Amino acid sequence: MAATVLKTETIHIKSSSDVVTARQQVRTLAIELKFSLVDQTKIVTAASELARNTLDHGGGGEMDVAVVENGIRRGLRLTFRDHGPGIADIKQALSDGFTTGGGMGLGLGGSKRLMNEFDIHSQPGAGTTITAVRWK
Amino acid sequence: MDRIPILRMGNFLLVTIQVDMHDRLALTLQDDLTNRISEVGARGVLIDISSLEIVDSFIGRTLANIASMARVLDAQTVVVGMQPAVAITLVELGMSLPGIRTALNVESGMEYLQETAEAGMEIGVYGGDSTED
Ligand SMILES: Nc1ncnc2c1ncn2[C@@H]1O[C@H](COP(=O)(O)OP(=O)(O)OP(=O)(O)O)[C@@H](O)[C@H]1O
Ligand SMILES: [Mg+2]
Repeated sequence: MAATVLKTETIHIKSSSDVVTARQQVRTLAIELKFSLVDQTKIVTAASELARNTLDHGGGGEMDVAVVENGIRRGLRLTFRDHGPGIADIKQALSDGFTTGGGMGLGLGGSKRLMNEFDIHSQPGAGTTITAVRWK
Repeated sequence: MDRIPILRMGNFLLVTIQVDMHDRLALTLQDDLTNRISEVGARGVLIDISSLEIVDSFIGRTLANIASMARVLDAQTVVVGMQPAVAITLVELGMSLPGIRTALNVESGMEYLQETAEAGMEIGVYGGDSTED
C-alpha cells in the first residue's frame, strides 16, 4: 500500500475489555480525522467485529490503528494480527452466515462492507492478518 | 464484577445501557434479565439503547436472545432509542434484529408494552368466561 503513515498506535487484544479499548481508540482517531458520525459508527463497528474475531477465533493478538494519507486523501487503517489457527477458506469465511463458532457469521463480511479496502492474509496454523481502510 | 442495573416499574423491567459494554457484561445482563423476569413475573422489558454508540453483531445477538428468552417467559421486549447512525450501520453490517420490537423513545416503548400487556389480560378474561359456560 503506497499510503504514508502519519500516526500509528497499537492495542493488545487479550480480553473482552481490550475490545472496548480498541473501539474507543478507533473512535478517538476517527473524530480527529473529522469523519462524519455515520462514518465513525461504521469504522468503530468494523473494528469491534474484527477485534472480537482476533480474540475469539485468533486466540488474541493486536490491532494497529493508523492515520494514513494517500495523495490528498486521508484515512484510517486498521490492522489486526494474531497467531491463531488461521482461516482455511477465506471466501467461505467472508460469506454472510458462515461461522465455526456459533455466531451469526456476519462479522467478517459485514466489516468488509463497512470499510473501503479490505484485505485478509491467512495461513492455516500460522495466523491471520486483516487490513481494512476507510478513506475520508 | 460490574453489572447493568435493572429497574422494576410495576409489571415491567427497565434497563438503560449507558456504558460501552464488553461482551461478558452483555452476557451478564442477559442472564440477570432472564432471572428477574421469572422472579417478578414481568410482562414487559424495555431496553433503552439511546446512549449506545454502536451495536455490533454481538450486542445485536444479545438483544435478540433477551427478546426470545423473555417471550418464552411470557414477556414482551421493546428496544428504544437507537441512534440513526447505529441503525444505518446495522443494516450495512447485515443485521436485521429479527424478532425485536423497536420504538423511537421510552414513551412510545412503554405505550407498546402497556397495550400488549392489556391485550394479553383481556384474552385471559374471555378465555376464563368461555370455560365456565
Ligand atoms: N482471526 C481469525 N482467525 C481464525 N479464524 C477466523 C478469524 N476471523 C474469522 N475467522 C473465521 O471466519 C468465520 C466467520 O467470521 P465472522 O466474524 O464473519 O463470524 P463469527 O465470528 O463466527 O460470528 P459473528 O461475528 O457474527 O458473531 C469465523 O467463524 C471463523 O471460523
Ligand atoms: Mg465475528
